[in-house]
Amino acid sequence: MHELSIAVALVGQIETVVANERAARASKITIAVGSLSGVESEALRSVFPLVAEGTVADGAELIIEEVAARVRCRACSHESQADNYFMGCARCGSRDVELSAGRELNITSVEVVVDES
Amino acid sequence: MCKECGCGGEEIVHYHDGHVHAHKHFHEHPHGHPVTADAEVRTVALQQKILSRNDEQAERNREWLKEHGVVAVNLISSPGTGKTLLLERTLEGLRGKVPCAVITGDQRTDNDARRLQGKGAPVRQIETINGCHLDAEQVGGLLPEIAGNGVKLLFIENVGNLVCPSAFDLGESFKIALLSTTEGEDKPVKYPTLFSAAPVVVLTKMDLVPYLDWDAAACRSCLRHVRPGVYIFELSAKTGLGMEAWLDYLVKLAE
Repeated sequence: MHELSIAVALVGQIETVVANERAARASKITIAVGSLSGVESEALRSVFPLVAEGTVADGAELIIEEVAARVRCRACSHESQADNYFMGCARCGSRDVELSAGRELNITSVEVVVDES
Repeated sequence: MCKECGCGGEEIVHYHDGHVHAHKHFHEHPHGHPVTADAEVRTVALQQKILSRNDEQAERNREWLKEHGVVAVNLISSPGTGKTLLLERTLEGLRGKVPCAVITGDQRTDNDARRLQGKGAPVRQIETINGCHLDAEQVGGLLPEIAGNGVKLLFIENVGNLVCPSAFDLGESFKIALLSTTEGEDKPVKYPTLFSAAPVVVLTKMDLVPYLDWDAAACRSCLRHVRPGVYIFELSAKTGLGMEAWLDYLVKLAE
């Protein structure tokens, strides 16, 4: 259950973003979670409010965008989705591929509330 | 109960300061509510890693290891695959040939560190308590004392877990996944996060194959499905089967 550690790290980053923006709090957080990131979206969604409570992320909406694994072929340069995590090129069948997406665990945007007075 | 969001009631279970607890909810702390109409709101676009703090420490570990000429391998598997027994036999086999060190992680006890003592390599245990993985900070804190004196090969035995440890970069040179014959051939496709990230896989407990319905070809096929070109060792630390090739590989790795 490392999603708790992930949520703690996420809230820590949001605190920095809110401080840098001289905002009061975050109201919406969008993150990208790759299918090979090892993070279970539902588990993260359930622990996030507990970790966020009492912080500038308290009550913020968490939007999780799931990213499918993709591979880029070194032989023919084609990029394709790695269905069932098959690490091979969908066009030419070469197994000489590199992962081009799927390990993401990124914050992509934060909506901040600057002034509520 | 809060009129705006309906939260509250008698007992509220929540998390703060590193623990989960329950208390009556009186709204004495800041609480997120819908943004009011006259609030100034803006959206900040980012491309920031959630684990950037861990990743930055991992890079510092990687730099440190490089400067000191240490190859570090992060051993990951489910509990009971035989990581510690393999390390016991490996340290014995490399004694006098390659200066080694070990960092071993478990939730509780220093049983593993005690098993690995007296084999010519410094050993440190990290007890993660409730943590299901090692992180870069835990490992970084031990590097100077354990891997500073001419050590060439550092084994980091992660907490037994097929999922969580693969999300945390420790600054290692690369990951080695272990899979025992009793776990089943299809684990690589069931747990692709780890097996797609490990360029080397050690299949353990090969001495049990005569008693199991173990299909070696199917296992190799599952491994290559998620990681073409994966380097596979098949061995039994208990009987010594296949240990020579493994030890030869490690000697070359440390050169």
